[in-house]
Amino acid sequence: MRTAPYRALLSARYRMLLQYRAAALAGAVTQFFWGFIRIMILLAFYRSSSAEPPMAFADIVTYVWLGQALLAFLPWSHDLDLEQQIRDGDVAYELLRPLDLYAFWSMRVLATRVSSVSLRAGPIVLVAGIVLPLAGFDAWRLAPPASLEAGLLFVVAMVVAVALGCAITMLVHVSLLWTISGDGIARLMPSLVTVFSGMVIPLPLFPDWAQPLLNVLPFRALCDVPYRVYTADIPASDALAPIALGAAWTVALIFCGRQLLLRGQRALVVQGG
Amino acid sequence: MTASVFEPVRLYGRYLGISIRGQMQYRASFLFQSLGQFLMTAIEFFGVWALFDRFGRMDDWTLPEVALFYGVVNVCMAIADALSTGFDKFESYVKNGDFDRVLLRPRSTVLQLAGVELALRRIGRLLQGLVILVWASAVLDMSWGPAEVALLLFAIAGGVCLFFALFVLQATLCFWTTEGLELMNTMSYGGVESAQYPLVIYGAWFRRFFTFIVPLACVCYFPIIGILGRPDPLGTPYWFQCVAPAAGGLFLLVVLQAWRFGVTRYTSTGS
Repeated sequence: MRTAPYRALLSARYRMLLQYRAAALAGAVTQFFWGFIRIMILLAFYRSSSAEPPMAFADIVTYVWLGQALLAFLPWSHDLDLEQQIRDGDVAYELLRPLDLYAFWSMRVLATRVSSVSLRAGPIVLVAGIVLPLAGFDAWRLAPPASLEAGLLFVVAMVVAVALGCAITMLVHVSLLWTISGDGIARLMPSLVTVFSGMVIPLPLFPDWAQPLLNVLPFRALCDVPYRVYTADIPASDALAPIALGAAWTVALIFCGRQLLLRGQRALVVQGG
Repeated sequence: MTASVFEPVRLYGRYLGISIRGQMQYRASFLFQSLGQFLMTAIEFFGVWALFDRFGRMDDWTLPEVALFYGVVNVCMAIADALSTGFDKFESYVKNGDFDRVLLRPRSTVLQLAGVELALRRIGRLLQGLVILVWASAVLDMSWGPAEVALLLFAIAGGVCLFFALFVLQATLCFWTTEGLELMNTMSYGGVESAQYPLVIYGAWFRRFFTFIVPLACVCYFPIIGILGRPDPLGTPYWFQCVAPAAGGLFLLVVLQAWRFGVTRYTSTGS
């Protein structure tokens, strides 16, 4: 397979999205604010708890900051341009391209996510990781990885998380071929993703009976697995199994997405006009 | 023909009537969106419930007490959100020059933008907030006398004014920035998020911000403390808790002044 067109698309779209720097800075401030609210709420629970919580508070803080810094990797929004194309029939042009449509659309998603994170993560990591401890807010800081090993595993887990995120968004995109109003899966996905990935509250804080279910769902690999590997809340020796499960989900979802796209392309009725 | 003082009210009613009839053309879409929003907010509350299930209590607050805060703030937000679509989408009015047309009509700009749409789909969040509110009041075995009911309605009215004002403020900034600012979400959606819990759990700087600058605490925290009838850890007296929601209305008046000033500074993008 020739990869040049996909690489060209990736870099073109990335450079286009980098133009929105002011919006990204505003976004970083917003997410910083959210991080603070989250931490203050969780702190209120932690200081009134008599039982031993399943996760140390310092790890929770790092978990929240990582979540805010890497938020844009989450598959909770879909490509509105693409939805518009499907709605007004321009998607016909996409079908004419001598390219693999699944890979082509995936590159669009990937470029959006990477450009957004690359603009927003920096300021958040800088403030939460360096400015806060210097200002005397040591308990509120984003800690460095627990060890070199944890750091490397975190990178691997994040690669899986980004790929999985793209695969989930591609399922949403493919579903749009059937539901023109753009509702359905696209509307439900943000709630599913934020709750079951650990963005709303860190997954270990959910009731113990829910843990087996949370562990097998794909969403966990988006946030919970990488962030807990980072703090060594999941020790390096136990990290491979959940990362591998995330990778398996990614492969399965890509396969489903490709099959559905093939059927969708055959069934697609282009809106004329 | 003499212009009646009721003319704006009648006009607003007609705007809303048109909007409702328009949305009813897509009944399935409306039902789906409402249901989606109901589920979304319900899943959010699942997170709150899970934290109480894990930790038992939050300082000395129980789940039903927190649920009361949660219910009120979500009801306020849902109503304000439904009324303010025109301001929420104001960015595109400025970008496309559509605001020129609004200015040409001999009616108030605020009235026209407020009348753009009554977003019925927000009923999802509204219903969820009400369900939580009723549940909390039943579990707490609260006695609803006229004083409590009046204070609750006053708080909701103040809260709707406050959130509506935040959307107007966000639109006002577009006069200078053209692009809408995500930053404003910290106050509207961030406000909802933080007001779901009693204010006293937050740091002092945060409490001051949401009391004196954006008076969110005045429409949620203080009146609900008054309704619960428990002493305020922050030491405010009962009479203050009863008058506090007026701050939401005052905030709206201030923001409307800013809006009027913004309108005078408007220059069309000309496209």
